[in-house]
Amino acid sequence: MNAMNWLAVYPEILLLLMACVVALVDLFVVDPRRTPTYVLSLLTLAGVGAMHLAYFNGGLTHYAMNRMVVTDPMGHLLAFFACVAVAITLIYARPYAESRDILKGELFSLSLLSLLGISIMLSGNNFLVLYLGLEVMSLSLYAIVALRRDHGASTEAAMKYFVLGAIASGFLLYGMSMMYGATGSLDLGKVFEAIGKGDANRQVLVFGVVFIVSGLAFKFGAVPFHMWVPDVYQGAPTAATLLIAGAPKIAAFGMTIRVLVEGLLGLAVDWQQMLVVLSVCSLVVGNLAAIAQTNLKRMLAYSTIAQMGFMMLGLVSGVVNGNTLSAANAYSSAMFYMITYVVTTLGTFGLIMLMSREGFESEEISDFAGLNQRSPLLAGVMSVFMFSLAGIPPTVGFYAKLAVLQALVSTNDSFHLGLAIFAVVLSLIGAFYYLRVVKVMYFDEPTDTSPIHAPSAARTVLSLNGAAVLVLGLLPGGLMAMCAQAIVKALAT
Amino acid sequence: MAYLSLSIWLPIVFGIVLLALGRDDNAGTVRWLALVGAVVSFLVTLPLISGFDTASAAFQFQENLAWIERFNVRYHLGVDGISVWFVLLTAFITIIVVISAWEVITSRVHQYMGAFLILSGLMVGVFSAVDGLLFYVFFEATLIPMYIIIGIWGGPRRVYAAFKFFLYTLAGSLLMLIALIYLYYKSGGSFDILTWHKLPLGATAQALLFGAFFAAFSVKVPMWPVHTWLPDAHVEAPTGGSVVLAAIMLKLGAYGFLRFSMPIAPDAAHTYGPVIITLSLIAVIYIGLVALVQNDMKKLVAYSSIAHMGFVTLGFFIFSELGISGGLVQMISHGFVSGAMFLSIGVLYDRVHSREIASYGGVVNTMPKFAAFAVFFGMANCGLPGTAGFIGEWMVILGAVKYSFWIGLLSATALIFGAAYTLWMVKRVYFGDVANDDVRELTDINSREFLMLAALAIATLAMGLYPKPFTDVMHVSVTELIRHVGVSKL
Repeated sequence: MNAMNWLAVYPEILLLLMACVVALVDLFVVDPRRTPTYVLSLLTLAGVGAMHLAYFNGGLTHYAMNRMVVTDPMGHLLAFFACVAVAITLIYARPYAESRDILKGELFSLSLLSLLGISIMLSGNNFLVLYLGLEVMSLSLYAIVALRRDHGASTEAAMKYFVLGAIASGFLLYGMSMMYGATGSLDLGKVFEAIGKGDANRQVLVFGVVFIVSGLAFKFGAVPFHMWVPDVYQGAPTAATLLIAGAPKIAAFGMTIRVLVEGLLGLAVDWQQMLVVLSVCSLVVGNLAAIAQTNLKRMLAYSTIAQMGFMMLGLVSGVVNGNTLSAANAYSSAMFYMITYVVTTLGTFGLIMLMSREGFESEEISDFAGLNQRSPLLAGVMSVFMFSLAGIPPTVGFYAKLAVLQALVSTNDSFHLGLAIFAVVLSLIGAFYYLRVVKVMYFDEPTDTSPIHAPSAARTVLSLNGAAVLVLGLLPGGLMAMCAQAIVKALAT
Repeated sequence: MAYLSLSIWLPIVFGIVLLALGRDDNAGTVRWLALVGAVVSFLVTLPLISGFDTASAAFQFQENLAWIERFNVRYHLGVDGISVWFVLLTAFITIIVVISAWEVITSRVHQYMGAFLILSGLMVGVFSAVDGLLFYVFFEATLIPMYIIIGIWGGPRRVYAAFKFFLYTLAGSLLMLIALIYLYYKSGGSFDILTWHKLPLGATAQALLFGAFFAAFSVKVPMWPVHTWLPDAHVEAPTGGSVVLAAIMLKLGAYGFLRFSMPIAPDAAHTYGPVIITLSLIAVIYIGLVALVQNDMKKLVAYSSIAHMGFVTLGFFIFSELGISGGLVQMISHGFVSGAMFLSIGVLYDRVHSREIASYGGVVNTMPKFAAFAVFFGMANCGLPGTAGFIGEWMVILGAVKYSFWIGLLSATALIFGAAYTLWMVKRVYFGDVANDDVRELTDINSREFLMLAALAIATLAMGLYPKPFTDVMHVSVTELIRHVGVSKL
């Protein structure tokens, strides 16, 4: 195997190439609906997704670019879902963006570039590569949020997102420099070995971990690094919100596994404590603040915070008393949680976009009043998403919560058992505000009786999205097994 | 034949078809399709009882397939003497509910019928699951259709009632989820209820597990003091919702005690049995008194349901065959009788649009046929010998007297309170002179209403006169349960 091993990075190369092609082709497109570039972007995403899936099925782990990059089943599975997320977002976003005059070539090429950043984050084996991936993703997303230049709230959201995102990147970079200082390497494998040998200065390491975890927590939107989430989710055009809420969460998760588990597992005692605090705070703040919201996008933002808190509980049960036996179980449960969360979130924001029309954002919860009478299908799909987020069977959200709780309980440790009970109590509070959306759709009379003009493509994809949440709820075994397999292979290397 | 799977999935498939095809302009077809679905779903449950081997305590009609391999969760179904009658009861009540809604529900008929059919399948699933997680999935999933039913077709405070119903029940069952996961871990990675039954557990673990299961099931039963959601839910729910709630959903909780709490944590069950007996007696006596002072008929029957379910839990936790069989018989008979009581109230409400006792008086003068049924069901509700209501109460009281004279005596007062609140209501609503113009203009029940009330009356009478088929089916399973609970796990 040669040191560069280009084969391993074909999907990324294709993505980069196509992002440029889309940007160029778009210059010559006169169609206001941007059909050629839209189709080209979707084809690219389908191709890249198929490649990732094929690599995942191959099940092999390769290093490439002088060990700068690793490709393993976990990275490919997450990248595959990131492709799906971006593709679905574009399908939902097209009519929405068109009526808001932001359907430009930039939307497509920036989306592809952000996916490129995500791919790099998922396959980085080196602190700097990971950081570069994060920046590629973030810079594209900042620009996407700011696409709607003449809109006050969007501009404010973009500004906020940019400033806080830059701080987070700074934190991360600073933490990485500490790691480099203590271990003398940027390579995750070498850092892992150095920590294992115990000759690195532990104080410096722990100091660095604090910054790294803070930086990651910014990306997840965990409390107390959550301030940007509600404002950006609400202020950004819904299409951009979904681009932030979907695939980047997968990327943040992948990066967390790469950095904290593959690189810094030796410091698990330290970062697990931090994650416990982050997740407990996120669960409390997210769930309680969501109750008070009247704006659906803002409510979903707080709900995201709470959901991320729940997901992180899966990450804290990997190493118990220095024993890593439960690691695969714990991390795969968090991975399953993350993927199913993103699948559900795609649908919720997709529905908001579908319901909106020119000059009307449809983002207040009351805009959904009586939806069951206007469109039983959309109301049904939305309630499936809400029940899934609340964790009510038979939707997939239940199994995600089950997996994480199971990981906590099976540590056989009363502290983790307490965390599980705490999480359960707060998800009961969470159930209230999800149910309220269902209540508004089913029990209230419609205030707005204008017909919903949803294009059939978006409507079909939304129905499929709802069906996926339900079918994964009836047969979650397959995806669970895939996550477990991916994590086991990632830990083995 | 996989009769259990059919009993679960047939109504669900019919329900989904109704949701998919139904529109406001084809309500007639929807009603007939719903009726066909309910009847077919009932017919496929019949082989369960005709082919039931009453000599065996094992689960019968088992189906066992891998479901979620990662957690070793299995699609494992089966019924024993304890659960089999409830499968039939559920399917039977669903037919009645479909008939009861025929002309009454006029808006979004397909969603109403679909929700009830799906709910029926899910409840059958609860009674036939032998896998802990499968049980939980069905148990929780039943909340969704009922929430929708109360919220859309309910009364003026329906939103409040729907939320209260959902969140109360969810609060209890989430703790049970932790208990299930703990058992999964303790048993070395199995969600099989039968494995859990054999699993040795320490005293603390048993106490905690028992507490978690108690949280889930006591809310569902409901036991005093976590009963407050039930009167709200009953009052606000549409007639069909009240019928299903009283006749079947409450039984899910009581059933859970027999399937989980007692066999998995037998020592804790014995330790905390007196607590449950006390709570049950409070339900029987105090709630009986509360029922006495209600002005709203639905509320009165709701409180009466709580009191009757108190009898059930009392019977369970005196750990004798008489008590447990009596409790089970009481559950079935209460399914018929409370269902019929709510239907009767529905019949009046559809005509006068009031549930207040004070709005009526002398109904017998204008609705003689209906009054005959109503009085009959009233008698059954207070446990008149010859009706189904008598058998269960009598068995439980007999068991309770054997256990402790004073508990027996206290529980027997239920017969007095039951008679008092039921008969007093019957007197005020049905007898006397015609009270007002509303009552004067009442028309007697039509053939549809006659049919549904007659079906329940026959069931009530048959069970009261000849309960042997019910007790025979239960006998071996109950004996086995008592033997199992008698053996300490410590």
